[in-house]
Amino acid sequence: MMDGGKGFEDAQTGEQKIRNFNINFGPQHPAAHGVLRLVLELDGEIVERCDPHIGLLHRGTEKLMESRTYLQNLPYFDRLDYVAPMNQEHAWCLAIEKLTGTVVPRRGSLIRVLYSEIGRILNHLLNITTQAMDVGALTPPLWGFEEREKLMIFYERACGARLHAAYFRPGGVHQDLPPELLDDIETWANEFPKVISDIDELLSENRIFKQRNADIGVVTEQDALDWGFSGVMVRGSGMAWDLRRAQPYECYDEFDFQIPVGKNGDCYDRYLVRMEEMRQSLRIIHQSIEKLRAPEGKGDVMARGKLSPPSRKDMKTSMEALIHHFKLYTEGFHVPPGEVYAAVEAPKGEFGVYLVADGTNRPYKAKIRAPGYLHLQAMDFVAGGHQLADVAAIIGTMDVVFGEIDR
Amino acid sequence: MTQDLQDLADLITQKQGDAVIGTDIAFGELTVEITPASVPDFVEFLKTDRECRFSTLIDITAVDYPTRDKRFDVVWHFLSMYQNHRIRVRARVRESDMVPSIVEVYPAANWFEREVFDMYGLMFKGHPDLRRILTDYGFRGYPLRKDFPTTGYTEVRYDEALKRVVYEPVNLVQEYRQFDFMSPWEGAEYILPGDEKPEAAKG
Repeated sequence: MMDGGKGFEDAQTGEQKIRNFNINFGPQHPAAHGVLRLVLELDGEIVERCDPHIGLLHRGTEKLMESRTYLQNLPYFDRLDYVAPMNQEHAWCLAIEKLTGTVVPRRGSLIRVLYSEIGRILNHLLNITTQAMDVGALTPPLWGFEEREKLMIFYERACGARLHAAYFRPGGVHQDLPPELLDDIETWANEFPKVISDIDELLSENRIFKQRNADIGVVTEQDALDWGFSGVMVRGSGMAWDLRRAQPYECYDEFDFQIPVGKNGDCYDRYLVRMEEMRQSLRIIHQSIEKLRAPEGKGDVMARGKLSPPSRKDMKTSMEALIHHFKLYTEGFHVPPGEVYAAVEAPKGEFGVYLVADGTNRPYKAKIRAPGYLHLQAMDFVAGGHQLADVAAIIGTMDVVFGEIDR
Repeated sequence: MTQDLQDLADLITQKQGDAVIGTDIAFGELTVEITPASVPDFVEFLKTDRECRFSTLIDITAVDYPTRDKRFDVVWHFLSMYQNHRIRVRARVRESDMVPSIVEVYPAANWFEREVFDMYGLMFKGHPDLRRILTDYGFRGYPLRKDFPTTGYTEVRYDEALKRVVYEPVNLVQEYRQFDFMSPWEGAEYILPGDEKPEAAKG
């Protein structure tokens, strides 16, 4: 018995006995993508159990929304997933439009599609590049953020704000795009494939990147369903599920695009899916610019009526328009009673709003269904058995943003 | 679309007659109202039945109606990625009722049920780990109930003297204001003195 094993347990001090190690990952860890606190139980370097503590960014959005008018609630949606703000607003607008039966004019609809896809690229650029940084590559974020900057300037030129846009409004979008902006977006869209292929060259066949991502965080089709995944998390596992195609909203059914799917359901496949989705988004952007320039794409950007403000010109000449403007921004519009669930394919997955209206100017109840909430929930399941270093890669690939998870 | 939903509603009513109280189709969405006790079996049926095949749990939440005897509506949303349809399931419960948990059927229900417990104080029977999730450690009260004030009861700040974070009762410099912008012609009901009697006689 010279191996130091049997028979000597009583000689060991408490320190020497092997025990699992509990550590806190976050809430200020740079790879936690926000204020996430993970309580990890480690056996050596292997994660045995992972308990995410969320809510550090909880702002009570749903409670606040109950005491504000429908229009005042719209900017809260920018602050949920602040990586791609307009996609969130979209869900809120769709819910209101469903309840009030508003039809969005074609130009408004096309602009929404255009900006939703810009949002998707904004999101994927941030996700891919920062995930690469989590696994050790420093260059991609620098390149990616340069492009994000250009896209945020397109946001700014459309609505005046780089991040908190409040651009999509119930009934359409707030204002029309200047024609030069469309030209500039097109110029950018022609140049962007070069950037994608640069990032592609940097990462896709990079040995370290592959070692850190391939076969890490494998999610099978059944797991994805059980844990309620959506978006890239199911597409990476081989299911061609995309709300833009399966349950088309807005005018996505007119667009020609493809839905990339992964094969193995690991982090590397999800990275590849995101890369391809950016290319497909570019196709949609090109098509929507073309449609916006066509004669059918001209016209008003908002359904004029109770939901939308009168034009400035009318306000100068018509008393009714002035009263309407005043009432819209103080009392707000009334939404008929009923309950709806409206969902969009946000860059992170299915972002939905369950809205209960009681016929007044304020929602009776609004529940925000954030895709990241379910993805993070499965953290214990996905990260269990992985190395501690893989946790950062998995958090990155799940694409969590605490604005929407904590609400 | 509506016809498909009607067929689905008929099928569910036919196969799960004991559980279903009523079905309703509005705004192109199907809502099925069920009894709270039948939740696990009904959900299991939704997941396994070949016609339904609701593969994904979308959401669980509750709605508070303080004036009702059965105060809360618990609402489940499901999506079938195979049949491409959605359903909303609703059950009315009392404040003191235990709602059966569906974590066994859909693991994704775990955090949603914790959130409903956190926000509304509804207990889920059979939930493995019913802790608060979004609110602070040691938080008291159920914020999304209609009788919980938006300002809350406590506020936190860092105390320079004590060198730690302290909790204090909310102290607002200016009173919290909630303006009622509702048009008096269609919003609030103003009953003039003396008008109650004819109204009471009518109703």
